[in-house]
Amino acid sequence: MPTLKIRLRSALVAGTALLALTGAANADEQHFPLQSYRVGPYAAGGTGFFGGFIDYLNLINTRDGGVNGVKLTWSEGETQYEVERGVEVYERLKSRPGIAAWNPLSVGIAYAMIDRITKDKVPLITINHGRTDSTDGRVFPYVFPLLLNPYSETSGIVEYLASREGGLEKLKGKTIAVLFHGSPYGKETIPIYELLAKKYGFKVEQIEVPHPGNEQQSQWLTIRRLKPDYVVLRGWGVMNPVALKTAQKTGFPANRIVGNVWSNSEEDVIPAGEAAKGYVAITTQASGAEYPVLQEVTKTVYGAGTGNLADRKRIGSVYHNLGIVNGILNVEAVRAAQEKFGKRTLTGDEVRWGFEHLRLDEARVAALGAKGLFHSINVTCANHEGEGRVTFQQWDGAKWSVVSDWIAPDWATLRPIIEASSATYAKEHGLTPRDCAKEEAASQAPAVGQ
Amino acid sequence: MSPDLAFLVEVLVGGLLSGVMYALVAIGFVLIYKTSGVLNFAQGAMLLFAALTFVSLTERGVPFAGAFVATLGVMVLLGLTIERAVLRPLVNQPPITLFMATLGVAYVIEGAAQLAWGTQVHGLDLGIDDTPIDIAGVFVSRFDLFAAAVAGLMVAVLSLFFRYTRTGLAFRAVADDPLAALNTGLRLPRIWAAVWIASGIVALVAGLLWGARLGVQFSLSLVVLKALPVLVLGGFDSILGAIVAGLIVGAVEKLSEVYLGPFIGGGIEGWIAYVAALGFLLVRPSGLFGVRSVERV
Repeated sequence: MPTLKIRLRSALVAGTALLALTGAANADEQHFPLQSYRVGPYAAGGTGFFGGFIDYLNLINTRDGGVNGVKLTWSEGETQYEVERGVEVYERLKSRPGIAAWNPLSVGIAYAMIDRITKDKVPLITINHGRTDSTDGRVFPYVFPLLLNPYSETSGIVEYLASREGGLEKLKGKTIAVLFHGSPYGKETIPIYELLAKKYGFKVEQIEVPHPGNEQQSQWLTIRRLKPDYVVLRGWGVMNPVALKTAQKTGFPANRIVGNVWSNSEEDVIPAGEAAKGYVAITTQASGAEYPVLQEVTKTVYGAGTGNLADRKRIGSVYHNLGIVNGILNVEAVRAAQEKFGKRTLTGDEVRWGFEHLRLDEARVAALGAKGLFHSINVTCANHEGEGRVTFQQWDGAKWSVVSDWIAPDWATLRPIIEASSATYAKEHGLTPRDCAKEEAASQAPAVGQ
Repeated sequence: MSPDLAFLVEVLVGGLLSGVMYALVAIGFVLIYKTSGVLNFAQGAMLLFAALTFVSLTERGVPFAGAFVATLGVMVLLGLTIERAVLRPLVNQPPITLFMATLGVAYVIEGAAQLAWGTQVHGLDLGIDDTPIDIAGVFVSRFDLFAAAVAGLMVAVLSLFFRYTRTGLAFRAVADDPLAALNTGLRLPRIWAAVWIASGIVALVAGLLWGARLGVQFSLSLVVLKALPVLVLGGFDSILGAIVAGLIVGAVEKLSEVYLGPFIGGGIEGWIAYVAALGFLLVRPSGLFGVRSVERV
């Protein structure tokens, strides 16, 4: 069985690498502990994301010899996407020297880590997910919901639907049904849809699907009775293909369903077969392997037989590309921090500074070989999301194709709500928000060589 | 038919057809429980393993029929292995020990399935169009009708098997009184092996139908959660009970979600079936069709 052979070989290689890494850390190493999930219900997403992340770190080591000579290392702990295991992995790996950042790709694990990483002064990266109010870096100095928080995602979807109707004013009188996963993640955007519905004059109906979502007949019959203009699918895991199949069964067209950022992968549409044709979903990173950085990963990493995916056909898939983009953002944050603190192993707090100065404009993104893969990012002390842009892709039965421009969410509307929420958090936890202007002025002083 | 009445009928029909799918899973539990008194928690994992094996073979170019036969062979082997390696050594142990053993088997099968066939999700097309049929304004799923027909056929075959075949009668004898069956010369290990094989075959059929509905992925093993209230309601040892209770659970879930859900927050179908089952349990602990056990003290 070739799959088994590849798996055993990968395990052997990973084990050997881990053995090498768990020895005394080299002074010129920057470490990424990974709370990965390669088995269990969410393994398909985990193998793609962590595979992409590792592939990019591998590319930087192989092609560039690391970041300015500092080698990137990583170690994995299996969580099966379970919070308890994620915390256990954190406790087990946190003493490893030179930790740059934590990237759990799990809302539950991320929530459980906030107090710990704040105390340990190491960044926690929650790309495209996590607490919305952690966007406010004044209150959450170590948490970075890079590129997209749930509120921006909601706004981006509404902007896209408006563009399909011919403008925001055309949304007036329309009905949008939001089918959400019955979990804290699923419920997080309920108030924002209500707010935007009020602002733009559309009617919103929010319908819960109990976890795990493998039965949705009643929800879709309710939708059929409501006759909405669009359905927004805020799903996760098996809920997504079941939604698409049940929509077909109840006669709702797929091209009027718009998926959120955790309903946008191949794993969400392939099981739905024909029912997914025409379905549209939001994304922060395009899929496909035609981007120069993906070409380099294929040539340099997979060419040398060190690629992390067991199946090369998954190169360029949604989760793999998210892992690649996450790799780019982590590496560039380390690079930014090295500019200030020196080309050496950095502390977590120094890498945090790097994330707070992660500014990749379109030209820099192109220079990194990622033009078209993602738009740009501009993280600051106060804004840990970094004004990421979104685009929309449509499934044609075999692949995703981009069907919109890069869209900027309505940050001006969202920011006061985020600040109100973070202020409440600060009050509850007895925190004094940072003075970003003061910190920025202080950080202008040269630190290299300190 | 008024639109409101048509909608009510649609919800009810949809619920009944969903219930048939739950009953398909429940039947696998009933088979094992009926003959050995073991609540086989590994039924969901067996279902996943069957569907994953089948779809992995078809994706490697094996024709549908060939993949079906090969998977059938694998499920027979799996059933035999579980009986031989796990259940037989634990014979005469308390029911909770046997239950815990099947819990362990479930995790082993899930892990082995992912190790052997990978973690990717797969589509499974059985060639049945899932577009709705419009009957007087009521939409009915073709796929669900097909699944109901398969379930009906399976119940009929199992009923005939239990009533008219030598092995089937032996199953019933073992279920009624294992010691008496042993005294008459029936070989219990052979019967238990046969019933585990039958359960594997039921898992294959249910796995293919649920796999076509959800996609073949790890979450398939979670469909056991849908079967549990069905078992409580219908009785752990009645195939007919599984079907009737499946229909009741499906209808209760859908009607409650649509008509009661909006008043109490929605998303209630995940637990409302358990409320119904628990309520029923208080009135009739052996379920609708379950055999009431009487012990002399």
